[in-house]
Amino acid sequence: MRHTISVLVENKFGVLARIAGLFSGRGYNIESLSVGETIDPQISIMTIVTTGDDRVIEQITKQLNRLVDVIKVVDLTEIDHVEREMVLIKIAPRKENRLEVLKTVEIFRGRVVDSGPTTYTIEVTGDEKKIQAFIELMKPFGIKEFVRTGKVAIPREISQRK
Amino acid sequence: MAKMKGAEILIECLKREGVKHIFGYPGGVILDIFDLLYDDPDIKLILTRHEQGATHAADGYARVSGKPGVVLVTSGPGATNTVTGIATAYMDSVPLVIFTGQVPTFLIGNDAFQEADIVGITRPCTKYNILVKDVKDLAKQIREAFYIATTGRPGPVLVDLPKDVTQGKAEFIWPETVHIRSYNPTYEGNIYMIKKAAQEIAKAKKPVIIAGGGCIISEAHEHLKELAEMTQIPVANTLMGLGSFPRTHELSLGMLGMHGTYYANMAVQNSDLIIAIGMRFDDRVTGKTDAFAPQAKIIHIDIDPTSIRKNVRVDIPIVGDVSRVLQVLNKILKEEIKPQWEEVRKAWLKQINQWKKEKPLTYEFDPEVIKPQYVIEKIYEITKGDAIITTEVGQNQMWAAQFYKFDKPRRFVTSGGLGTMGYGFPAAIGAQLAFPQMTVIDIAGDGSIQMNIQELATAVVYDLPVKVAILNNSYLGMVRQWQELFYNERYSHTYLSTAPDFVKVAEAYGAVGLRATKPSEVEPVIKEALSIRKPVFMDFVVDWKEKVYPMVPPGAPIDQMILEEKKKERKLKAVK
Ligand SMILES: Cc1ncc(C[n+]2csc(CCOP(=O)(O)OP(=O)(O)O)c2C)c(N)n1
Repeated sequence: MRHTISVLVENKFGVLARIAGLFSGRGYNIESLSVGETIDPQISIMTIVTTGDDRVIEQITKQLNRLVDVIKVVDLTEIDHVEREMVLIKIAPRKENRLEVLKTVEIFRGRVVDSGPTTYTIEVTGDEKKIQAFIELMKPFGIKEFVRTGKVAIPREISQRK
Repeated sequence: MAKMKGAEILIECLKREGVKHIFGYPGGVILDIFDLLYDDPDIKLILTRHEQGATHAADGYARVSGKPGVVLVTSGPGATNTVTGIATAYMDSVPLVIFTGQVPTFLIGNDAFQEADIVGITRPCTKYNILVKDVKDLAKQIREAFYIATTGRPGPVLVDLPKDVTQGKAEFIWPETVHIRSYNPTYEGNIYMIKKAAQEIAKAKKPVIIAGGGCIISEAHEHLKELAEMTQIPVANTLMGLGSFPRTHELSLGMLGMHGTYYANMAVQNSDLIIAIGMRFDDRVTGKTDAFAPQAKIIHIDIDPTSIRKNVRVDIPIVGDVSRVLQVLNKILKEEIKPQWEEVRKAWLKQINQWKKEKPLTYEFDPEVIKPQYVIEKIYEITKGDAIITTEVGQNQMWAAQFYKFDKPRRFVTSGGLGTMGYGFPAAIGAQLAFPQMTVIDIAGDGSIQMNIQELATAVVYDLPVKVAILNNSYLGMVRQWQELFYNERYSHTYLSTAPDFVKVAEAYGAVGLRATKPSEVEPVIKEALSIRKPVFMDFVVDWKEKVYPMVPPGAPIDQMILEEKKKERKLKAVK
């Protein structure tokens, strides 16, 4: 099963390598990993999306916890949480399709953040399904390239254990 | 306050940590530290002949003394040469602090002369490692390094020291206490779980204790003995756990696993409860995991939560220091649950004694050729079980584990997790330094001893009278054994055609060399070696065909053992 794990770490150099190394060295899979500082600049938070059966996930969380620089590990899959991802997607629609593209962007509450004579660059945020759906819809119009940030996630304020 | 140089800060920190010996090798970027050691009265640097030797020696020192081993080497090749030693210590949870020199910070990342990213290289095989970037942080980081290496589940910690940091100046501020926000090992076991374990122990009809290296690390041997004796539960040891429970005790099952005793493996496989203490269910212990102890509930006590449920299912996990957990468990059993243990265990112990009688550990004595097991038996007899035994890796290691009866902890020093050939000899040197008055013997193969044979110079120079018993079978014996059993006797590259004359090697280094080629010479050679206060190589020319039994074939359940030589006349395709 797919899990979203949030890891609070000391904001020191080498920590990211240690965490990535833990996954690669033990053959665990990382689907996405995003990192950023927290309010306390000495602490960073990582959101890691990974897959595995219960035993693998248990090992992953324990192994993460064992790392000296790791302050806290939370498997968000177990609790109610909000998750978001962002995609920047550059498409080159034919003239007759431009309007339709812009409409779709609107429906997805996306934004055109750059445009050229033949291209639009569009920003969309949302959960994974929404991003996926948007990409699918854009495919027929000719996607030139896209980048995704990977998931970030946070527990809901009134969160309940599932 | 006057400022001190980084190198001075380092030495001061080591003194405060109680370090008396450092194992090391010099080089350009750490000369400032070596220069200070030149006339330091309190800290002695043991110059090995190879950085791998230094690391294993520090490791042996740590394993027998329980204190952290300290290594000091230069950057680049000096640092990379320590990696095998670090990985060895990591796998067996040995506290080491390794100081590596590094090129000055402004050259890091520039492919400078003798630069290696040792922090990157050792990340997967250290408990923690750090590049010190500022001399102001040095004292704090050294203090933390020792703290992390020695607390929780111990392990190696590497501190990388750029030259400008050891040359730079800062005020010396010694942190009296250490607090690392993200590092809080759990020492006390969960009381609810411990109570549950006590109930299971009282209920069980056929329980077995498996005691591992954690019992030695946390000094739990007395509590372990109390538990076993009170509840009348037999104890099997892992390789790393040998000595945590007296081998001569009637409840001892000896070692279990791939080369475990018949009765240990049978007991474990037929048990209804396993109490696993400070062990990690290594695949050499479990055999085929799905078929491991099929009817048993498993209680697992370990300080490292990642050990629990990694390889086998666990019914009652207890995270904590095994010594503390056992104390609580014993108290509960003593005060709250007191069945007539003797009565409860009678049938089970009878069954076990029958297994012991049916198939004890044996070998066939031969009056013409020396059997390697015979050498170990004689070493045991002559030292009265009171020596520190280190081993190399291979058949020599397994025979030592089987035939030397370890009754006390910290007497058996072996590379269990990584299985490092070349470990035993330098480890013996470290052990001898920690205990100058004790008899220290490395039981070696002719292959393994050649991996760090240069350390004989170290033993001679520092007057460390270690003994090396080479079970010389002209082969990489353990690999040859696998080739014989599983590869159709195709001895691909396991025959050591040009071994040196070990007696002459010893003499060349200024040590003593002795040789035995007949069984009748074994005892006199051992006795003579032990009477000499110098390093001695004992070259025992042994039966090259001998194999380690019992053996669980790889991938089989542990009760499916090959117990002895097939009776058919073996046609050995010797290359000789
Ligand atoms: C550094 C290293 N290289 C390779 C191996 C694989 N290996 C395990 S046992 C063994 C043979 C050991 O031969 P020897 O030292 O002569 O001991 P014996 O088995 O004959 O007692 C080898 C090559 C190892 N354990 N360590």
